[in-house]
Amino acid sequence: MVNLFKHAKACTTAFAVAAASFMTAGHATAADDTITIGYAVALTGPNATGAGISTVPNYRLWVDQVNGEGGIEMPDGSRKMIEVVEYDDRSSNEDLVRAIERLASQDKVDLILPPWGTGANLAIAPLMARFGYPQLAVTAVTDKAPEFAARWDRSFWMLGGGHDYATGLVDVLAQARDAGTINNKIAAVSVADGFGIDLIKGARPAFEEAGFELVYDESYPLGTSDFAAIMSEAQASGADSFVAFSYPPGSFGMTKTAQAMGFNPKVFYISVGGAFPIYPGIADGKADGVMAIGGVDGTSDSVKAYFDAHTTFVGNPPDSWASAVTFASLEMLEQAIGRVGLDHGDLAADLSSGTFDTVIGQVKLEDNQLRDLWTVGQWQNGAFVGVGPADKAGAAAPVIPKPEW
Amino acid sequence: MKYVIYPVALALLAAVPFVASDYALGLLIGMVTYVTLASAWAMFSGPTHYVSLATVAFYGAGAYVVAMLNEVMAYPMILLITAGVGATMALVVGLSTLRLAGVYFVIFSFGLAELIRQLITWYEINIYGTLGRYIFVDITARGIYWQMLGLAAITIGLTAYINRSRLGLALRVIGDDEVVAAHSGIPLARMKLMAFVLSATILTLAGAIASPRWVYVEPAIVFNPTVSFLTVIMALFGGANRLWGPALGAIPLFLAFEYLSAHFPDVYPIFLGALFIGVVFLFPNGVLAGIEGLRRGKKEETA
Repeated sequence: MVNLFKHAKACTTAFAVAAASFMTAGHATAADDTITIGYAVALTGPNATGAGISTVPNYRLWVDQVNGEGGIEMPDGSRKMIEVVEYDDRSSNEDLVRAIERLASQDKVDLILPPWGTGANLAIAPLMARFGYPQLAVTAVTDKAPEFAARWDRSFWMLGGGHDYATGLVDVLAQARDAGTINNKIAAVSVADGFGIDLIKGARPAFEEAGFELVYDESYPLGTSDFAAIMSEAQASGADSFVAFSYPPGSFGMTKTAQAMGFNPKVFYISVGGAFPIYPGIADGKADGVMAIGGVDGTSDSVKAYFDAHTTFVGNPPDSWASAVTFASLEMLEQAIGRVGLDHGDLAADLSSGTFDTVIGQVKLEDNQLRDLWTVGQWQNGAFVGVGPADKAGAAAPVIPKPEW
Repeated sequence: MKYVIYPVALALLAAVPFVASDYALGLLIGMVTYVTLASAWAMFSGPTHYVSLATVAFYGAGAYVVAMLNEVMAYPMILLITAGVGATMALVVGLSTLRLAGVYFVIFSFGLAELIRQLITWYEINIYGTLGRYIFVDITARGIYWQMLGLAAITIGLTAYINRSRLGLALRVIGDDEVVAAHSGIPLARMKLMAFVLSATILTLAGAIASPRWVYVEPAIVFNPTVSFLTVIMALFGGANRLWGPALGAIPLFLAFEYLSAHFPDVYPIFLGALFIGVVFLFPNGVLAGIEGLRRGKKEETA
C-alpha cells in the first residue's frame, strides 16, 4: 500500500509537470505586423459535416485571399498578415467553451471567429461578451436573435430565425396559388429536432393566415432513413405542394424516395441540404424546380466571382445558403478593421452601425441582425438562385409547377 | 498523516482559480469533471464488473433538470431536485435491469441514454412545444470549479468509505462470482442497487453542475455518447478497482485529448480507438496495476 502511494505520488508529480508545461505552451504572441485570428469549430464528430461545408472552407478561403493581397489593411494604410489558430471542438460544447477560453486568455488572439451551429454560438456568447470580442454568429438560426443581440451587445446574428424562413415560403406559395398554379392544400413534414420544430411552428399559423389548408402535417424522428410511408401519405393527401422542414439526410432521402415512387408535386420544397452543391448529384441531375431554404442572387457578378474562387480554392462550389453569408461576415470584419482598427469596442460599434460592400451586396445590420435575407431558393438551370422574398433585388421568378422528375 | 495531506491538497486545489488564467481554469474544470465522472462510474462498475455505458444518461439528465428549472427556482434547490431525479431514475432502472449480466447489461446501459434522450425529445416537442432550452444562471467558472471539486472530493471519499464497508466487500464478492455471493447470503439485488444509485446520483449532479457552461441545451448536445465512452476508458486506463485509479486515468487522458484537439484535430477519433484496444490488451486492470506488476516482476527477477 505504501508502495502504491509512492507510485501515485510520482504519477501525480509527473502529471502536474506535464500539465504545467502544457498550460504555458501557448502560441507565440503575435509580432506587430501580424493579426492573430482564432477559431474553434467541429472538425470531428456529428457537426463536422455542416462546419465542413459552410464554415471552415470560407474561413480558410478568406485568410488565403487576404494574405494573398498582403494582409488586412489597417486604418493607417499599413497591412498586417493574418495568423490563424485553429482548434477542433469535437462537436462538444464543453470542449468548445474551453477552446474559446484558451484563445482569449492563453493565445490572446486579436479576433475570434464563431463556431458552426446555433447551440455552439449560444454556448460561447457569454464568454465572448465577457472577454469583449465581437461575435459574428452566422450559422445560428434562431427566432430569439433580437433578445440575444440585446443581451450581448457585441453579438451579431446573420441568418435569421425559423419564422423568417417559414413565412418567406408561405409568401412564395401564396403568390402561386393566387395565380391559380397550385391548389390551396399543403402537405408538410418536419424533422423532430430544434430546427424542424421552429420552422413548422412558424409555418402553421402563416399557412392558415394565407388561407392554405394543411392537409398533412407529420413529424419524423432525426435519423429516419425510410420515407416511403410519409411520402405516399403526402401524395395521397391531394396537396399540390410538398413541404419538408428537414436536415440534409432527410432532404436527400425524400428526394430519392419521391423520384423512386414517381411523386411529382407541383412544389417540392426541402430545407437544409437543398442548397448544397452536391444536391443535383443526389437528385440524379433532375434538381431543376426543387425549392429549398436559402439562396443567392443569381444575377450578381460578385456572387459568381465568389463561387469561382471557392471552387478553385476548396475544390467544390460553396452551398448557396450560409456560405455566402459567412464569407460576407468576414468581409465585414475586414472592412471594419480597415476603418477603426482592432479595438473590440470600436469594431463592434462599426459592425453595428456601418455599411459594408460584400459578396452578398451592400450590408447594413439592423439591431445587430442581418434582416435582408434570402428565404427561399430554387434550382434553375443547374444553379440554386433566390426566389423569395420576391421583392429582393436579383430575385428570380419561381418556376411552378416543377418539371416532372 | 493523510488526514492532513488530503485537506491541505484540497485547499490548495481550491485556491488555484485565484492564480490561474481563464483557460487554465477551463482545463481544471474539464479535468475535475472527468475525475468525478470516472470515479463515480468506478464506484459501481469497478468492484461489480458491470460495465455501464449509461454515464451520459445521468449526466445529461442532470443538465436537463437545470435547463428546465433554472428560470423558476433558486440554484441550490435545483441541485437538490437533481440529486432526487438521479436517484429515482437509477432506482427504477436498477430494479428492472440489475438482474441482467455481462454483455446484456452493457447493451442495455447504452440503450438507456438513447431512451432518455428520445423521451425528453418527445416531451419537449409534444408537450413543451419547442426543442432547445436556455440556461441563464448567475454562476462563474470559478463557482463551477469549486462545486465540481467538492463533488470529486465527496466521490473519492465515499468510494474510500465504501471500500472499507460491508457494502464494498459485498460488491467485490459479487464481482468475483455472483453465485458464490448469493450462496454466502449476500442480498445481491440490494447491494448492487445501492452502489448503482449512489454512483448515478453523483453522475447526475455532475451534469447539473457543468451545465451552466453550455448556455443552450438540446437533447443531441447533452446526450453525447462520447462522454460515456471517455468515462469508461479513463476509469479502465487508471484502474477501476483502485481508489485513485479513475482519477489518475482521467487527468492524463484529458490533457492528451486537449493536446490532440489543438495539434492533430483529425486524428483524435483514431487515437481514442487505439487507446481502447491498447487498454484492453496491455492493461486490463489499469495502468497502476500494470506498473505494479512490472515492478513485482523485476523484484522477483533480481531476488
